[in-house]
Amino acid sequence: MDKIKCDCGHLNPYGTIICEACGKPIQEESPEKLLNMRYEGTARRSQTYNTNAVDKIWNFFSSVKVGVWLIVITLIASAIGTIFPQQMYIPPTANPAAYYEEEYGMLGEIYYILGFHNLYSSWWFVLLLGLIGVSITVASIDRGVPLFRSLRNQRVAKHDNFLKKQRMFAVSKRPEDEEQFMEEILFRLKEKRYRIRREGNSILAEKGRFSRWGPYVNHVGLIIFLLGSMLRIVPGLYLDEDMWIREGETKAIKGTDQEYYLKHDKFTFEVYDKKEERFSEALNRVQQPVPKNYQSDVTLYKADEKLPGAKPDLSEVKDYSIQVNKPLEFDGYSLYQVDYRQEMRYMHFELQNAETEEAVGSFSVDLLNPKDDFDLGDGNRVELEGYYPDFYFDKETKKPATKTNIPNNPAFIFKMFTPETPEGEVAFIGIRQNLDPSGDNQYKVAFDGIDTEFTTGLTVKKDYTLPIILIGGIIFMIGVVQGLYWNHRRVWVKVKEEDVWMAAHTNKNWHGIRRELDDITVKLNMKQLVDQQEESKKA
Amino acid sequence: MAQLSSSLLYIAFFIYFTATILFVVSLTVKEKDGTKSNKWGKWGYILSIIGFICQLGYFITRWIAAGHAPVSNLFEFTTFFGMMMVFGFIIIYAIYRLNVLGVFAMPVALLVIAYASMFPREIEPLIPALQSNWLKIHVTTAALGEGILAISFVAGLIYLVATIDQSKGSMKTGWLEFVLYTLLSTLGFILVSIGFGAANYQASFEWVNESGNQAELVYHMPAIASPHDGVKLTEGAFGPLFEAPAWMEGVDAPKKLNTFIWSLFSGLILYLLLRLSLRKRLGAALKPLMKNINTQLVDEISYRSIAIGFPVFTLGALIFAMIWAQAAWTRFWGWDPKEVWALITFLFYAAYLHLRLARDWHGEKSAWLCVLGFVIIMFNLIAVNIVIVGLHSYA
Repeated sequence: MDKIKCDCGHLNPYGTIICEACGKPIQEESPEKLLNMRYEGTARRSQTYNTNAVDKIWNFFSSVKVGVWLIVITLIASAIGTIFPQQMYIPPTANPAAYYEEEYGMLGEIYYILGFHNLYSSWWFVLLLGLIGVSITVASIDRGVPLFRSLRNQRVAKHDNFLKKQRMFAVSKRPEDEEQFMEEILFRLKEKRYRIRREGNSILAEKGRFSRWGPYVNHVGLIIFLLGSMLRIVPGLYLDEDMWIREGETKAIKGTDQEYYLKHDKFTFEVYDKKEERFSEALNRVQQPVPKNYQSDVTLYKADEKLPGAKPDLSEVKDYSIQVNKPLEFDGYSLYQVDYRQEMRYMHFELQNAETEEAVGSFSVDLLNPKDDFDLGDGNRVELEGYYPDFYFDKETKKPATKTNIPNNPAFIFKMFTPETPEGEVAFIGIRQNLDPSGDNQYKVAFDGIDTEFTTGLTVKKDYTLPIILIGGIIFMIGVVQGLYWNHRRVWVKVKEEDVWMAAHTNKNWHGIRRELDDITVKLNMKQLVDQQEESKKA
Repeated sequence: MAQLSSSLLYIAFFIYFTATILFVVSLTVKEKDGTKSNKWGKWGYILSIIGFICQLGYFITRWIAAGHAPVSNLFEFTTFFGMMMVFGFIIIYAIYRLNVLGVFAMPVALLVIAYASMFPREIEPLIPALQSNWLKIHVTTAALGEGILAISFVAGLIYLVATIDQSKGSMKTGWLEFVLYTLLSTLGFILVSIGFGAANYQASFEWVNESGNQAELVYHMPAIASPHDGVKLTEGAFGPLFEAPAWMEGVDAPKKLNTFIWSLFSGLILYLLLRLSLRKRLGAALKPLMKNINTQLVDEISYRSIAIGFPVFTLGALIFAMIWAQAAWTRFWGWDPKEVWALITFLFYAAYLHLRLARDWHGEKSAWLCVLGFVIIMFNLIAVNIVIVGLHSYA
């Protein structure tokens, strides 16, 4: 399309409404109406072209109306996601298909069927966020680029029609001494911190132009934020692993490629003491122990270069106490305290005479590495025939079995030998169970205590996207403050043969600019600027 | 110290109450310059500041007594939110000197603080997740943002009362009555609580609480809604009329639901009494008070409080929140209900700003949005903690 040449000689892009340079209205709506100064009457792509598909898509996304609708739909969708808990917040062992119906009835079932239990990771929710991202980008380019061009190209001397059709306008009498008047008004404007440009008998006073960039800056911040959150899918930028370490154990830290090792020295779990005076009232009311501290004392090791398959040499990096809110940080990794388990570790038994319950010897079973055979002296011994760390009775095979290797519910089959019973007697021992399969055993194995051990649950995180996201957030905040707390104000003065014309524009806060200009006009004995929009409303 | 702290809160409450009365008087006093500050309004403002200082005293002494910033449970947070509302009012009044703002802002703040004191008030120890400097930074900034945003609600409400045509009933007058009724329900709640509290009313139920334990729940108001599958232990006590639904899983949820019903009920009675004695809609009764008000200025105030409050809220309730969540919960964002509702608040005010700045939504439309925004904030404060269980339900 052809460029539009204004009378002043400036070449404007096709679609321009107000000449970028001199401000002459090119496409006049009606001679009486005030100028629409939004985006300076520039040629916005979305307002200029609307023929092919690209134009239509561009125009759709550049619309503020569409943007607001996208925000409102996202808002409502987000709210729906909080009606019932998301799947990540229901018990991990629960089957979601059944859980929602059981807990929340028919509504819960519908919620599950519609996929709202994973709403925030659903394709359509992610698509909504994507559309908002596109809308922000398109709308900002559509407005920001022409606005920047126009404000850079603006000239000091404006066309008469431009001045006349500003919202704030007044014509005053021409002063007798023109030079003195110019000096005085320049002084007053400078006093109000305007930046001044003068060309002959025209003045352009401007301040706070940077606030016009606020919306574009905060949109850039948001885009960086959104892109940063998406970067997580790039391999190597994000790591999220859980690991369990028992007290005393040393393990390679997951995700570090065997480079770092962690030894768990000691775990501490503390609750608040009811005797602590200032909290006693609250602690007595809740009746339950309130946790005070979860802490894993650990030692971090780095593995030296090693041959494949060989045991690594570990050199100590540091000692640290990982607590909630105090992750261990090293080399881009963070180790968080997230969970703990108190597990059974050693079970103690006595071999007793079944009738008299007189002990003939005792032994302990290491629940993680049980021995097969325990020599109790004096010809007494016990053999471990079967061990089920997480016992259940399998109804199909009709045999004892184990669910996992973790000693949650240990059960044992022992064979007991004494000088009196050299053939051996079999006993089945579980928690609160002591079975004698034959029914006439002379000896029995009796439970005699337990030693527990803490296992700490740590999360290993590495997230190189965090700085990007943080920068996005900071840029957003700067943009918001820049756009909301300052205004872009301009004042034009033109000394004509008969009189002095003065016009003003601000992008917002008309109260403010009116107060400011009233102060100047009073001091210079000029006509007060009239808000022509308010006047026409009254009329 | 704890004793001194709660005395200071009572004193602050009383001073705020007096300030409210002075602001109301300032509107009825006839002076030429009706909207500008007159003597009564000036004293109302001074009292508001003195009350604020007393409440600040409460805050500091409680901090000393507890050893941590007193913003860790619903009582402490809601009280602080009320205090930030007063602070927001003090700032905005300093700029615009509009007495009518005090007539609405101070009672709303009073209601918020009185509402707060209905939650358990003992000093509680901090669980490990809360033991962080971000507790004070995140929570105070978020509350400050919400307090300033609440002033936009107050201005929006004033705008609606002043401008909505009361010559005949319409949907608009209906919604305005509903907003006023909601405020009366909060007042009703406080009156009912104080009333039954003075009578020392008690009725206990045995129930299975939110952690799945058998427990006893003591009601201090007659039970309209009992716990789900609860057994009444107090002989001869009133009710219940029905059981609370099982999906309400907040701490002591059935009791809170019961209180909520009492609030709606007592609010209705208050509303009907006022309506009958005034013989017109409450909006219509209030409107003459507003006849000298510069509605354009009120509209400007409602926008300005959002322009100030929105960035503060974003910083406190989203950015600081994310930084803390990264340290405490290993991720900066986890779609926890409280987080989501903070996002919803953010999105709502973002939409407001676009509509106002790019599509010229001024005046009435803008005022309705200000009211709606406050509803969202209050929903996040109250319903999310009571009805929806999440990581934030500490109280």
